Amino acid sequence: MSATHAIGDTVVLTGRSMRHITRSVDTIITTAIMPVAMMLLFVYVFGGAIDTGSVAYVNYMLPGILLMTVASGVAYTSLRIFNDVQGGVFERFQSMPIARSSVLWAHVLTSLVANVISLAVVLAVAVVIGFRSGASVLAWLGIAGVLVLFTLGLTWLAIGAGLSAKTMEGASAFAYPLIFLPFISSAFVPTETMPTVVQAFAEHQPVTPIVNTLRALIEQQPVGTDGWLAVAWCLGILVVAHALALAAYRRRSA
Amino acid sequence: MTATATAIRVEGLEKSYDELAVLRGVDLHVEQGSIVALLGSNGAGKTTLVRILSTLLRADAGTASVQGYDVAAQAADVRESISLTGQFAAVDEILTGRENLMLVARLRHLPDAGRVADDLLARFDLVEAGARKVATYSGGMRRRLDIAMSLIGEPPVVFLDEPTTGLDPQARTEVWASVKELAARGTTVLLTTQYLEEAERLADRIAILHEGRIIADGTLADLKQLFPPAHVEYVEKQPTLEEIFLAIIGAEQKS
Ligand SMILES: Nc1ncnc2c1ncn2[C@@H]1O[C@H](COP(=O)(O)OP(=O)(O)OP(=O)(O)O)[C@@H](O)[C@H]1O
Ligand SMILES: [Mg+2]
Repeated sequence: MSATHAIGDTVVLTGRSMRHITRSVDTIITTAIMPVAMMLLFVYVFGGAIDTGSVAYVNYMLPGILLMTVASGVAYTSLRIFNDVQGGVFERFQSMPIARSSVLWAHVLTSLVANVISLAVVLAVAVVIGFRSGASVLAWLGIAGVLVLFTLGLTWLAIGAGLSAKTMEGASAFAYPLIFLPFISSAFVPTETMPTVVQAFAEHQPVTPIVNTLRALIEQQPVGTDGWLAVAWCLGILVVAHALALAAYRRRSA
Repeated sequence: MTATATAIRVEGLEKSYDELAVLRGVDLHVEQGSIVALLGSNGAGKTTLVRILSTLLRADAGTASVQGYDVAAQAADVRESISLTGQFAAVDEILTGRENLMLVARLRHLPDAGRVADDLLARFDLVEAGARKVATYSGGMRRRLDIAMSLIGEPPVVFLDEPTTGLDPQARTEVWASVKELAARGTTVLLTTQYLEEAERLADRIAILHEGRIIADGTLADLKQLFPPAHVEYVEKQPTLEEIFLAIIGAEQKS
């Protein structure tokens, strides 16, 4: 199997799953609607009571909302894989003379595109309600890089979940704890305000350094060690999730 | 590549799911260009055998080769030589019929995917439905599209797992006609079925899979000879395949 075929096959299969998205735009809307609602709730209801110092609250909480958007977006990635497996399309591709990895990579690329669109929608709403940043192009590239890395890690988790799920609900259930994770982090309130045990958890889970990094980039502050921690967490999640997905993939043909 | 005219060769194939021994030493040879029907009741292991032959599942023991390529060691070569129509139609519901066909044509790296799709839509009587989402198709249309997708690229060996289950008589006759046409073009067809009539109508040879083994393998005439002669005296008509099937299975269970 030549490398050009592998790339060509991935492009063809990505075109196919992109059609699934363009023909059900509601998945993009549903992905964005929960984080947007959350954002409005926090900014207009709770935000006034939370002391974030000199940082505008909408700027403060946007990183957490963006991570939530990705977490709810990858639930659809998992669902698309599950539907392919359930409907037999997956096996049809597996029995064809195509690079087998392209079937999974097509879903990865589709997931990236879908999440980028959802993130753009959420960001646009944030701008409407007052989000402003003087971040440099370089800082924005850093923000995009971290978000893409985070999306990739969660996407591979979604692929493993979709491949091993027995039911449709099971396929997306893995995303719920991920959607919830930003609440017990530095995303919405400073961790110092939390009880000791909760604070210990909040400060040692991946969302906190990722949120801190994104926030520092938005506010043009030094990123510090959080930057390395964030990248390390994202890469760690990616490596582990990728291994889990491949294990789930191999179990299918055992 | 062996020089024989054997397209599919299965020897001593075994497969268990945990405790359940589904295949317990299957032997089967299918000649190039022939139609062989694999007959077996529910749960006999027909799908399991087809999935091993189409490189989707690994066997526990024994060997299997397609067009001379080992299904385990030369899986990529096997996939170049086959196409699989699984037991349940594997079509993309969100795409149109034409897009489904074009997708497969592109994945098989054929030059003119659009023309390939249009030809097959015409051949399978789907021209009108071609631009519609498959989600709106009837069971028979879905199955026809599914089979059409499997023929793209003209692979020399085609596996059809219960191709007519759930189809009305009209759709069934259409599928039968396409299978016959395939064999006429020299394609080797291995199809599984629970319908004895289907095996009788279509197949050059019939293999019966029962309790993990091929317990009978031959032409319809061969199998009719297996029918206990004592019974023949009491029936005026020729024994049907159904009677032969039940007689053979009955004999197996006693022994
Ligand atoms: N993935 C699996 N895990 C466990 N058991 C399985 C699995 N797949 C099949 N089986 C079992 O193996 C046996 C053979 O299944 P298989 O699907 O090959 O039969 P079949 O002849 O195709 O039946 P049918 O006519 O109903 O399609 C059945 O008892 C089935 O329950
Ligand atoms: Mg079956």
